[in-house]
Amino acid sequence: MYNVKEIVANKPSRFTAGHRMCAGCGAPALARMILRAVKPEDHVVVSNATGCMEVSTCIYPYTAWSDSYIHTAFECASATASGVEAAYKSMKKQGKLPADKDTKFIVFGGDGGTYDIGIQSLSGAMERGHNLTYVCYDNGAYMNTGIQRSSATPRFADTTTSPAGNVIPGKMQSRKDLTEIMVQHHIPYVCQTAAIGVFQDLYEKAEKAIYTDGPAFINALAPCPRGWGYSTEDLMEINKLAVETCYWPLYEVVDGVYHVNYKPANKLPVSEWLKKQKRFKHMFKPGNEWMIEEFQKEVDKRWNELLAKEEMTNKSQEA
Amino acid sequence: MSIRERLSGNEATAYAMKQINPDVVAAFPITPSTEIPQYFSTYVANGQVDTEFVAVESEHSAMSACIGAEAAGARAMTATSANGLEYMWEMVQIASSSRLPIVMGLVNRAISGPLNIHCDHTDAMSVRDAGWIMLFSENNQEAYDNMLMAHRIAEHKDVMLPLMVCQDGFITSHAIEAIQLEEDEKVKAFVGEYHPEHYLLDRDNPIAVGPMDLQPYLTEHKKQQAVAMANAKQVILDVAKEFEDMTGRHYEFFERYQMDDAEFVIVCMNSTAGTVKTVVDELREQGIKAGLLKIRVFRPFPGEEIADALRNAKAVAVLDKVPLVSNVGGPLYEDITSSMFNRGVHVNTINYTYGVGGRDVTADQIKSVYHDLQYTTDMSVPYRFLGLKEGK
Repeated sequence: MYNVKEIVANKPSRFTAGHRMCAGCGAPALARMILRAVKPEDHVVVSNATGCMEVSTCIYPYTAWSDSYIHTAFECASATASGVEAAYKSMKKQGKLPADKDTKFIVFGGDGGTYDIGIQSLSGAMERGHNLTYVCYDNGAYMNTGIQRSSATPRFADTTTSPAGNVIPGKMQSRKDLTEIMVQHHIPYVCQTAAIGVFQDLYEKAEKAIYTDGPAFINALAPCPRGWGYSTEDLMEINKLAVETCYWPLYEVVDGVYHVNYKPANKLPVSEWLKKQKRFKHMFKPGNEWMIEEFQKEVDKRWNELLAKEEMTNKSQEA
Repeated sequence: MSIRERLSGNEATAYAMKQINPDVVAAFPITPSTEIPQYFSTYVANGQVDTEFVAVESEHSAMSACIGAEAAGARAMTATSANGLEYMWEMVQIASSSRLPIVMGLVNRAISGPLNIHCDHTDAMSVRDAGWIMLFSENNQEAYDNMLMAHRIAEHKDVMLPLMVCQDGFITSHAIEAIQLEEDEKVKAFVGEYHPEHYLLDRDNPIAVGPMDLQPYLTEHKKQQAVAMANAKQVILDVAKEFEDMTGRHYEFFERYQMDDAEFVIVCMNSTAGTVKTVVDELREQGIKAGLLKIRVFRPFPGEEIADALRNAKAVAVLDKVPLVSNVGGPLYEDITSSMFNRGVHVNTINYTYGVGGRDVTADQIKSVYHDLQYTTDMSVPYRFLGLKEGK
C-alpha cells in the first residue's frame, strides 16, 4: 500500500535542498519524488538536458544531486545516457564493476529538450533499447530562455515567440502528442503523470518505469509560474485541474496495452484550467469564445481517442 | 615478432581498436570512415572484443555517447569524417572541456558545401582549437601506430584530453599497403588498463560532470585545459620512446626528411609527404638541397621546435590542404609563421592551397613548389594555389 508519510520518512530525498529553481515550479517536486522511487540500495546516474533544471541544480562548485550526475548539452541527454548505460553493461560484463549492485539510469529533460531539439536523440536511445528511464518535465515552452513556444505549447498560449497579438492570438498550433510517439516506439513502458494529491500516481509510475527491464518514458506535467502566469501557491491546483479537465490525462501503456489511470466522474470544462493562467487570458475576452470552444474540442477529441485506444488494446489482449 | 600484413588505413585503424579492446564504441556511418565501425562491429559480432557497440542515430549522438561512456569510467572510441565531425562539433568541445580522454579516428574529407566526399583537411582544421590532441598519419602504418599510442597519451594523468588520429580519406583509408602489426599481447601490455580517478559509475564516490560554470571559475578551468595541452608535449615524446623500444619505429613531433642541410623546405601533413619525399630524393640527386618537414603532432602545436627546425632554411613552403577563404594564410601556415616570428626566425615562407576536395597532387606540382622556393624573391603574393585550373 502506498503511504506518502512512510515514503518520505524512509527514503530521504536524493535531490537536495539548496537548488535555485523558482518557488511554485512543478519540476523539483517531480525530481524529488521520482528519485524517491529508487530503492535505497541502488545507485543512480542522472543525465540532464540543458534547461531550467540543469542551470539551477548544478552550478559549479555545487550540486543538488546526491547521485552521480552528467549534463552535456541541450539535445543529447538521451544519447549521453546511452553511453553511460553502455559503459555500465560493458564494464559489468567484464567484471570491472561489482556484480551484485545495481545502478539505474534516469534522464531529465524539459519539453524543449525532449519534444523538439532532443527528439532524435531520445528516439534513437529508445529504439536501441537502452535500460533507462526518460523523464520529460513538460512545462510547455522554453522557460529557461524566457518562455518561447515549443511543440509542447498548447494552442493559443501567449509566449514570447507566439505572442497574443491583434492579428495572431497566440500559438496557432495544437501541441505535439509526444507520449503517443513514444508508445509507437513499442518500448515496454510509457506513461503520463502529474504531481497531484499525495503523489501516488507519480511515485508508482516512477517505480514501475525505473524497474522496467528496458527503456521507459515518463511524461510529467510541470507547471511554470512565470510562463503560465499563476500564483506560486496554486501549483497543486493547476496540476489537479489539468487532470480533472482531461487536458492532461493520467495513463500508462504497458507492453502496448493502455490503462487510463483516472477517469473523472465529473469531467470539468477546460476553461476551468485555462482561466487560472495568464497565458490564456486573451481567450476570455469578449469575441474570443471560439478559442475556448476550439480548445475544448481538441481536449475532447484526444480524450476520446485515448479511451478508444484503451478499449481496443485491452480487447486485443483478451482475445 | 611483428606481423607483416597488407591492410588499408581503415582496416589498420579498426585492427588497432580491436587490439585496444575499448569498453564502448559509438559510431555512425559516413564516407570514407564508415569501414572502421563496419570492421569493428564484425569483431563485436564474433565476440573478439568485450566492447559494447552503440550504433547511434547520428554523429552528434556518437560523441554524446562517447562522453557519457568515458565519464562513466569506460574507454570510449569513435570514428568519423567531414560532415560527421561538423555535426558532432558541439560535443567535440564538451568532450575536451570535460577532460575525457576519448580517442577518435578522423578520416579526413572535405566538409560541405558543396558536397564532396574526397580528402582535404577542412574537417580537422575546423576543430583545431577544440582542445583535442591531433596526430596526423602519412600512411596506414602511422595511422595504426598513432592509434596504439593514443590512449597512453590521452589518459596520462597530466593530460586527460581527447585525441584524434587523422589520416587522409581514400588515399590512406582505402589504399591497401604493407604494414607491420604488433602482437595482441604486446599491444595489450603497452596500452594498459584505464583506471580513471573519478567516474560516474563509482557508486561510493558519486560525481557531477558538466556543471554550469560561470564567471568565477571558467577562466581557471580553461587555463587548466591549456596546461594539460602543454603537458601533452612531453608525454607524446615519452610514449613515442617506449613505442620505439617495442617496435623499432621512431616518432617525434614531426619527421625531418633530408633536413640537416636543407635550404628549401616543404612543410605538410599526411599522405602528401610521401610524394614530397620522392621529389626530395630526385632533387637531392641533382644537388638541390631540398628537405621536408612532415608534421605529426598538430595539437599541441610544437611551434618552437618547428621554428628552430626551419631556422637555417633559405625559403619555406607550407602546404595547406584547405581552401583559403579568409584572405590570410591557411591554418598550418598561420601557426608556423607566427611561431617563427615569436622565435625570431625570419625566412621567406609561402603558403600553398592544394589538394582541395581530393584533387590529386603530382610530383611535378611539388617540383614546381621547390622551383618557386629557389627562384622566388617576390613575397608580395605569399598565398598561392597549387594545381589551380586558371579560367579562360
